[in-house]
Amino acid sequence: MSSVHDWTPTNPVKENRSGLIGKPVDRYEGPLKVTGTAPYAYEVQTPSPPAYGVMVGATIATGRITGVDIAEAEATAGVLIVWTHLNAPTQAPRGTKVHPRSSAGSKPALENDRVTYFGQPVALVVGETLEAATAGAHRVKLTYAEDHPDVDFRARLDAAVSPVGEEDVEIGNFARGFTESPVQLDQTWHTPIQNHCQMEPCASTVWFEGGKCVAHTSVQMVKPAQHGLAETIGIPRDDVHLMTRYIGGGFGGKGQTYDDLVLAALAARALGRPVKVAFTRQQMMHGTIHRPATVMRVRLGAEKDGRLNAMSMMTWTHCHRDGNFTEHASNFSRALYAAPNRLTGHRLVKLDLPGAGPMRAPGEASGTLSLECAMDELAEQLGLDPVELRIRNEPPTDPENGRPFSMRQLVRCLREGAQMFGWDRRLPTPGLVRDGRWLVGMGMAAAIRGNFLLPAKCSFTVDADGVITVKQGMTDIGTGTYTVLAQIAAETLGVPLGQVRVEIGDSELPPAPGSGGQFGAATAGSAALAAGQNLRTAIAELATGDEASPLFGGRPVDVTFQDGLVAIGNRSEALAELIRRAAPEGLTVEGEIRPAADAREWSQQTYGAHYCEVGVDPVTGEVRVRRMLGVFAAGRILNAKTARSQLTGGMIWGVGSALTEGNAVDPRYGSLINQDLAQYLVPVQADIGDLEAIMLDEVDDKANPMGVKGVGELGNSGAGAAVANAIYNACGVRVRDYPITPDKLLAGLIARGL
Amino acid sequence: MQTTITVNGQARALDIDPRTTLLDALREHLRLTGSKKGCDHGQCGACTVLVNGVRINSCLSLAVMHDGDQVTTIEGVGTPEALHPVQTAFLTQDAYQCGYCTPGQICSTLGLLRELEAGVPSQETPAGARPVLSDAEIRERMSGNICRCSAYPQIVAAIRDAAGSMA
Repeated sequence: MSSVHDWTPTNPVKENRSGLIGKPVDRYEGPLKVTGTAPYAYEVQTPSPPAYGVMVGATIATGRITGVDIAEAEATAGVLIVWTHLNAPTQAPRGTKVHPRSSAGSKPALENDRVTYFGQPVALVVGETLEAATAGAHRVKLTYAEDHPDVDFRARLDAAVSPVGEEDVEIGNFARGFTESPVQLDQTWHTPIQNHCQMEPCASTVWFEGGKCVAHTSVQMVKPAQHGLAETIGIPRDDVHLMTRYIGGGFGGKGQTYDDLVLAALAARALGRPVKVAFTRQQMMHGTIHRPATVMRVRLGAEKDGRLNAMSMMTWTHCHRDGNFTEHASNFSRALYAAPNRLTGHRLVKLDLPGAGPMRAPGEASGTLSLECAMDELAEQLGLDPVELRIRNEPPTDPENGRPFSMRQLVRCLREGAQMFGWDRRLPTPGLVRDGRWLVGMGMAAAIRGNFLLPAKCSFTVDADGVITVKQGMTDIGTGTYTVLAQIAAETLGVPLGQVRVEIGDSELPPAPGSGGQFGAATAGSAALAAGQNLRTAIAELATGDEASPLFGGRPVDVTFQDGLVAIGNRSEALAELIRRAAPEGLTVEGEIRPAADAREWSQQTYGAHYCEVGVDPVTGEVRVRRMLGVFAAGRILNAKTARSQLTGGMIWGVGSALTEGNAVDPRYGSLINQDLAQYLVPVQADIGDLEAIMLDEVDDKANPMGVKGVGELGNSGAGAAVANAIYNACGVRVRDYPITPDKLLAGLIARGL
Repeated sequence: MQTTITVNGQARALDIDPRTTLLDALREHLRLTGSKKGCDHGQCGACTVLVNGVRINSCLSLAVMHDGDQVTTIEGVGTPEALHPVQTAFLTQDAYQCGYCTPGQICSTLGLLRELEAGVPSQETPAGARPVLSDAEIRERMSGNICRCSAYPQIVAAIRDAAGSMA
């Protein structure tokens, strides 16, 4: 097995001779996106006119379908198919893996008469047009035997148990440490269900070509989508060609496929023509996963100088009756602050709600909304600056497992952020600063998010024009994958960016794990670097072994790649010329990355510090984010432009979490109250003031051969807590039940006589 | 129903189901898929197009209501080889990530710039004053276009850049 030490020798990304690594270049696929010519899953050109599928959702949360009347739907003009569980094509039983190495099992749609969540797709209508299918869908009549849905999370906290295979983690003796601490804090925070609200609703376009299933869908991970579809419809995996080239946002919600894919495939097979199926915006809210609600109890015991003696974070959360997803909101706290006595864990209750699942920074996004506010409250109790409190609890090694940090620049993020933001102007006593009708306050919070590397492959091809083509079954969900892969290829082979092609989002390309957990750039990029290094070796051997090359007879190891030339010292020739002459068919090589065997001997995280200034209107309870700054340390940055966008985007997600985002459950129906974008309030342009993200210089040699880490989720971690803490500093009201909406603030404002 | 809509300068005769929205007519009948369907309820702005120079949510009107109208979609704004200054500004400012809301943002920007040129006030415009291209005006006027990737600061920067380069 390899070691992280194998990653330290020089490599072209670290040498960065052309300066392309880190450069804020425009997005590779940008011209297609700004002209509307990038085809998303519902928009791909089909070989013949498609039929349109519309799904019908269940109107109960739990029970059985007892009556099906599709006569009127079938009689609707232009309707081609009406399926329910009674007449849907046979699919492999749930979870079937005919191929033992399939990365996903069968996920049948319209499986049986059982309904397990409100909005579950229970019928499909396919029509000649979208209008015909929609009209037909309205005419599907289902009757149900409804069970009483168990959906009230807060009422069911006592039923929550430790997730399967998990135990609480205690270091030292928390109870004693807490009791003996002279300063104590014990508070509970609530976060609501949140929805991803990707701008592109999940959609699939599928057709069959000579027995092969061609499927375009909007998904973050290619292989599980391909394998799951093949297993479900009962064909060999290689007979599914799955593509996901442009994805209109994922955020974790497209980490899995939904019934649109299987239903489009089944209908396409039944009709012998392409079929498109999309979720409506309303269907997205129930039919795809959500971030579950949490209750988080934080207990901090400190010495009078602020050093933590005891820390506990316990999270209660929920998932679908048949699921096991746990929002691990306590996990991040295990690596954040020093404290000799520690207790962390999770409790999970299963409910008759739609599926809970990962949403941008799962764990941290919710968890920091409690712990980072608890630290703010503790700082106030101690009469300490909140930045200083965090610095005093900076651990020398991972406080949970004692492992050394691969790289930890949290204190630098805190200090530089404070200076840039003008934190010294903050008055610690709340409610003292006014700007016209606004009460103004500042808040801050730390950010942390783990770093991961997964196995991936990639291929590089150089052709007779000297063009490098990168191929990888990776995805770009707006993260910048296309762009950073192009940069790595261009830098590695010493060619201009315009001489690189990138092909991703395709099951027939070398496999990569996809986008999620902010592991994408590190994982896909490291495989690309490996492919690039292998192609360099192949080209160097070709050049030095070719009598017609000026490099003939040299040592392959001495060959350099820059400006489209291969060279040894002052002997050089154009890469394109060499390939045209010596390998006119082109050269293709693969590269592969695997996590090093000893990578987990280091505690690997990304870090940051958020600073926020808000205005609170004491009359209406309205909160305005006036300005916000994040300072981040996340390894080598591959593209300063796309990375910054990821970070600022994450910060704005934090604003949404703090102020507007949440979905309540209607206990009568087990449905979510907010079913569209007029009710579920994501931040809009007018909600966001001046906002900046700064990235510190960093290279983390323990992370991967490039020293990069992820940024996609880091910006979200802690951002909402900074907003909440600023609200307190502005007006002296603590709201521990997110989102902090005017009604909740007003109660506190009135109580304070403001 | 028969209807003729001039789309990006070309008269397009359509024989279309009267239930078809302008958005679906563009996407499914004319294969102009640059206009996006984000909510189909006029809540997200991804489907924004210009009708006779004014920005609208194309998902909220029926195609047959636009007989004789001039419709400009993102495909009529520029091409990858010849970008409009607003498109160039979105590209260079990284005013997008996933790209799904982007055509709507860009069409909305074109509408916004025309509104400012015509002196159309917004809630941010002081009473009686002529609106100017301030960040506050941009944020107010672009709040009908949701970007879940949250490229909002970059979008403001892009609109400022574009307005500057078009002046």
